[in-house]
Amino acid sequence: MIAWIDTLIQGLLLGGFFALSGLGLSLSFGIMRIVNIAHGDFLVMAAYLCLVVSSLTGMNPLLAIVVVTTLMFLFGYGLQKTILNKSIDGGELSPLLITFGLSIILHNVLQEFFSADAKSLDVGAFEVASLNIGQINIGWLPITIFFVSLVVYTILHQIVESTRFGMIVRAIVDDAETTSLMGINTKKINCLGMGLSMAIVGIAGTFFGIKSPFFPLAGGLQLLFAFEAVIIGGMGSIWGTLLGGISLGIAQSIGYRIGSGWGEFAGHLVFFLFLLLKPSGLLSKETSHV
Amino acid sequence: MLLEIKDLNAGYGEIKALFDVDLTLNQGSTLALIGSNGAGKTTLLRCITGLIKPNNGYINFNGDNIEGCKPHDIATKGIAMVPEGRRLFPSLTVEENLLMGMCNNREQEWTLEKVYNLFPALKVFRKKMATVLSGGQQQMVAVGRALMANPRLLLCDELSLGLAPVVVKDIYRTLKTVTKTGLSLIIVEQDINQAIVASDTFLCICEGKVVMSGTRETADRSLIANAYFGN
Ligand SMILES: Nc1ncnc2c1ncn2[C@@H]1O[C@H](COP(=O)(O)OP(=O)(O)OP(=O)(O)O)[C@@H](O)[C@H]1O
Ligand SMILES: [Mg+2]
Repeated sequence: MIAWIDTLIQGLLLGGFFALSGLGLSLSFGIMRIVNIAHGDFLVMAAYLCLVVSSLTGMNPLLAIVVVTTLMFLFGYGLQKTILNKSIDGGELSPLLITFGLSIILHNVLQEFFSADAKSLDVGAFEVASLNIGQINIGWLPITIFFVSLVVYTILHQIVESTRFGMIVRAIVDDAETTSLMGINTKKINCLGMGLSMAIVGIAGTFFGIKSPFFPLAGGLQLLFAFEAVIIGGMGSIWGTLLGGISLGIAQSIGYRIGSGWGEFAGHLVFFLFLLLKPSGLLSKETSHV
Repeated sequence: MLLEIKDLNAGYGEIKALFDVDLTLNQGSTLALIGSNGAGKTTLLRCITGLIKPNNGYINFNGDNIEGCKPHDIATKGIAMVPEGRRLFPSLTVEENLLMGMCNNREQEWTLEKVYNLFPALKVFRKKMATVLSGGQQQMVAVGRALMANPRLLLCDELSLGLAPVVVKDIYRTLKTVTKTGLSLIIVEQDINQAIVASDTFLCICEGKVVMSGTRETADRSLIANAYFGN
């Protein structure tokens, strides 16, 4: 019994990370209709960025998150402005191919600069510190990631529901053409949207680098997890991605409990079952927007 | 002259929809654009608003050549549209739909309060999603949203589509009061009578060509009907 409660809690917390990383992907699809194949590689790039920032300044990676998030926002804004905005004029396939190309370039650049060896972000004793409740040990790091994730979701929700920018974003998701008739330069909004998406990737990427060793090719698996969270939750729904991420985390956690080789498999299985039985995901577009 | 269009040719890829269209509109006056299904009325409005790039010809609005400009730039210059099928934003409330009209940042004459005075029915529903309203109320939101843009030229594409005659009459009566402030209007209708009564001048297009034009006073319904059907 205790073991199962432990499994569920670990799964829930792991899910917090998937939800955070899935959110960046969910946003770029929701607002710009861009399926960002390089999502996982940007996540890894953010981890390397944090490595550079913290080794240059001596900052703890947990503090350096602020710098990384800001830089990633600017990166996302610039990427959309220079490359992606042009590609979305060429239909839905075009940004897919462009981000695929970016993914390959990023692999090579990261390998060139940082070699293929695994690196890690050091946050000292915090990484292994844990909260003990009876027989259950819960790491402070997963707890932190989970709550940061909830905070990011809440802030984003506030932005989307209660600001002028959020209103315009919802309008674009509904009908981009009519939004442009309102005098809105939708490409500029896209830039802010990609900036926001990459800022979240910056937070997720830093935590990724803290919780596990990373190397230039680590992004592929992270893209898959993020994608699974988005699909399970329902494409285009922000809160769906949170639920999807948590579902994926719990599935993996139960898998690991069955056997060490079964964790990821259990997650893929749940993803596959959703694709087969409920392709619209937990929260489809009807019950929630953006 | 507020709007002048000359030799406009436009279409969708290989398909040509407009041929050498000329049009002029004075400040403060209303033009009826009439034609049957597929005549090219919507295509003409989409050219004016920048949603379609014309193949050639020019569109001059208030002294600026706007053909080929981006839709958001044209909107900022003072052209608003009530699109065919209304195209309200389903994820936005009635009030948010209206506020979207203000996003072009033109100097503010219209306010939420003024729109609610014009269409009192909307005020009750301001916090409701736009899609739960009746067709007529949705059309009021679409008109209100366009007015909130403070346009100098308002384009209305088939306002009456799918609405009860009393509702249509009501909306046109409201538009009439609005044009007194100097707003220019292009209204697209399939119903010849409805269109002519509400306007100063008219233009009839058939299969992408202007086949007839004139003023309300000189309009001869039977001649227009012939032109309308391409005879
Ligand atoms: N998206 C499109 N792609 C290709 N052809 C189109 C498209 N939209 C319209 N057309 C064609 O262009 C021509 C003009 O269409 P348009 O919509 O301007 O007509 P309309 O006068 O507005 O008709 P209605 O009264 O039915 O709205 C038609 O022959 C139509 O088939
Ligand atoms: Mg039409």
